[in-house]
Amino acid sequence: MAEASALDRVSGSRKWARYLVLTVVAILLLFPIYVMVLFSLKPGTAIFDYPRALLPVDLTLETLKDAWNQGNLDRYLLNSAIVSIAITVGTLITSLLAAYAFSFMRFPLRGLLFYVVLATLLVPAEVTILANTDTIKSLGWTDSYQGLVVPFLAAAFGVFLLRQVFLTVPKDLREAAALDGLGHFGFLREVAAPLARPTLGALALFSFLGAYNQYLWPQRITNDPDYRTVQIGLRSLSSANPDRLTLITAGTLIASAPIVIVLIGFQRQLIRGLTAGAVKG
Amino acid sequence: MSRTRTREALLAFLFLLPALVLLGVFVFYPLGRTIWLGLYRGGGFGGAKTYVGLQQYWDVLQSNEFRHSLGVTFLFALITVPAGLVIGLGLAVLADKHLRGMRFFRTVYSSTVATSVAVASLIWLVLLQPQIGVLTNILPFEVLKEPGLLQDPTWALPALGIVSIWANAGFTFIIMTAGLQGIPRDLYESAFVDGAGGWRRFTNVTVPLLGPTILFAVVVLTVRALQTYAEIDILTGGGPQGDVTTTVTYLIYGRNSVIAFDTGLQATVAVLLFLIMLVVSLIQFRGLERRVHYG
Amino acid sequence: MAGVRLSNVSKRFGEVTAVDNVVLDIGDREFMVLLGPSGCGKSTLLRMIAGLEDPTDGEIWIGEQLVNDVAPKQRDIAMVFQSYALYPHKTVQANIEFPLKARGVGVRERGHAARDAAQLLGLSELMSRKPGALSGGQRQRVALARAIVRNPAVFLMDEPLSNLDAKLRGETRAELIALHQRVEGTFIYVTHDQVEAMTMGTRVAVMQRGLLEQVGPPQEVYDRPASLFVAQFLGTPPMNVFQPGLLEPGEHLVGVRPEHIRLDREGPLTARVALVEALGYERLITCVLPNEVRVVARTSEVDGPREGEAVFIDAEPRHRQHFDVETGKRVEA
Repeated sequence: MAEASALDRVSGSRKWARYLVLTVVAILLLFPIYVMVLFSLKPGTAIFDYPRALLPVDLTLETLKDAWNQGNLDRYLLNSAIVSIAITVGTLITSLLAAYAFSFMRFPLRGLLFYVVLATLLVPAEVTILANTDTIKSLGWTDSYQGLVVPFLAAAFGVFLLRQVFLTVPKDLREAAALDGLGHFGFLREVAAPLARPTLGALALFSFLGAYNQYLWPQRITNDPDYRTVQIGLRSLSSANPDRLTLITAGTLIASAPIVIVLIGFQRQLIRGLTAGAVKG
Repeated sequence: MSRTRTREALLAFLFLLPALVLLGVFVFYPLGRTIWLGLYRGGGFGGAKTYVGLQQYWDVLQSNEFRHSLGVTFLFALITVPAGLVIGLGLAVLADKHLRGMRFFRTVYSSTVATSVAVASLIWLVLLQPQIGVLTNILPFEVLKEPGLLQDPTWALPALGIVSIWANAGFTFIIMTAGLQGIPRDLYESAFVDGAGGWRRFTNVTVPLLGPTILFAVVVLTVRALQTYAEIDILTGGGPQGDVTTTVTYLIYGRNSVIAFDTGLQATVAVLLFLIMLVVSLIQFRGLERRVHYG
Repeated sequence: MAGVRLSNVSKRFGEVTAVDNVVLDIGDREFMVLLGPSGCGKSTLLRMIAGLEDPTDGEIWIGEQLVNDVAPKQRDIAMVFQSYALYPHKTVQANIEFPLKARGVGVRERGHAARDAAQLLGLSELMSRKPGALSGGQRQRVALARAIVRNPAVFLMDEPLSNLDAKLRGETRAELIALHQRVEGTFIYVTHDQVEAMTMGTRVAVMQRGLLEQVGPPQEVYDRPASLFVAQFLGTPPMNVFQPGLLEPGEHLVGVRPEHIRLDREGPLTARVALVEALGYERLITCVLPNEVRVVARTSEVDGPREGEAVFIDAEPRHRQHFDVETGKRVEA
């Protein structure tokens, strides 16, 4: 990190002005989250008493317990966890294998097939969900884990990113490995996969996030509360209790906890993944 | 082809099989089927379909409902994309200095990334509920109490816009910050020595060199705006009084949509939505090409 | 027009001292080269003169003005960065005009000044191109044009040739010398390349670890280095250094440049020839002393010792330089 040069230097009063603006903006931005956390720790009656409702007083864990039990959140969280992890693992595997094939193997129609895979990036989910619901129904996979997971086990974005990484491997390396006796599986295990680790990390994070936050698809193919995911579970909690604001926030807090933990642990991957598309290089 | 080559090709197809099959079944097949389904009317609940043909695409394109939803979608994008961009960039520039505590502020500004759309929507539901909502009780505006911001035909869509902008702020902030860090310090120092003050440096160095980043952010924000569903489902159900907040996506999938039971018409609209998003994606690819020339 | 005076200037970054109490007087219109290995503080010194860093101690004068608290904009300087720092989205013309535009100079006047500067550097044909479409050498000249367009008193250059290939570097060196004479400004030039220092500077200031080791005209610094460091930094192959007592009795280190080493059939020191490198116009003969130390001699004679032969090493007294064993500083014999 470079030391602050004369250019970066922010002097005296300018400095405090900046801190002021930063703080005001932070307060505005954080306010909804503040409410989310605070209300989750308040009893349901607190919402009628302003401005006391916004102060960190009269705290209780009852609301959270309530949301957990009433909202069936343990089941929903479990479902979301299973589905998200399955999708993440599946995406990593299929993307890794496909990217490997496109990068290190020779076969007819390789170029064409790659563009075909890439082309799927142009087809948004909103368009395919319609027909995919029919497909899932005819397979009898409504209200099931398969229905929630299988359609998302392959992602073109992952294939694209991993192939970019693999393209940086010099041809000599592959040839040297072949002379050393490494077949494709060996090369994949010893060279390609380790090289792809950072990208796989970012990919895993984004797959997990995407899967965990899914809304439209789970809503369309599950009706049975046993298979409901947490996002839909939140909605049913809120429509069943439209006036119990603290219960609703408690639900959102519980549902957000896994994501916050994952994000804190995978900060670097988050930045790397988001900037893959934005900045040069 | 030699034996090893044949073996390699077979192995390759094996590696590709999962991805190709999955993409084939769940992307290409549905695309084709949806286009075909769009030629029919009805079909909801396994009921009978009536063939209409290509004429249906034309009819839908002309219909008031579709055009209205297109207008709503366009308006929604207009509300959320420029504002989201400016806010994200503003936050990034604000937090870009080497002052003590910047890491804290950067974490705070990124924080909305942790909320899913459903969670964000529900939080704002709690804020905007008429009578008992938080903002309703601390802000003096009448419309919040009666009939409630999300229930007012004029304010429902802007309110949704605010929710969306807030939810995306963290994401846009992270992207802009990364973009800012990609600008070589040399350029700032050179401009400084040449006599350029803060604003001039911003307009001559920061903004032009953020070009690719801004383009990326705009495209992602626009696509997200087009995909908005959960918020509408949770907060307005398509809009107070009919279809005030019915975007194209909600028109297809919303439970309160006029075509909620007509899979044929849904398919038609879906294909039209696809074409719209195709145009947006292609703009992105063109943008990528331009970026290469900058290097 | 102005000289630059550095009066006990130091710069510390936390625990690290990058520039240590430098006193340097740069005359008006001099071409002063700040020479040293990476990390020696030369770039930091340059940046302090520019106003990009503030000195921790000491005073910096540009002309009659004490500039410690003066912003770069007000210092009548221009700077060429190692990376050139050209605005990739602006045309060559807009790049050159920028310093004037930033000072509110009118369009007409800017255009004239830019065209003059461009012409001086042979860029007239390239005015409407963007940096991305230029070669390395062309980009460097745009950076130079931008520096001269304002006609500042002092030109600061931070290793401007290091990104060019060897051939281009040679050509550009000559152009820079010509430019200096044309423009009549004070040039302060940072480099780690001793060839540039020897050929371009009116004076060379050699730095190491934040300290100014020696200042003087290039030939003087070469012929009479003030310290062992300077002696071995300038000159390729580097000066041979003999431990006390080896070449002559005494307690000092003795330095002799390769071109002054004589290989005879008799002399104070025996050695064996290990390697003879014939470069066409001269030969480099590497000899090994009994204590495994290597000595390199340089000669233009065609006939000479061959590999494996035994020789005696000698050098004329006037070519022997003496250095203190502990401090490395020059000792007058």
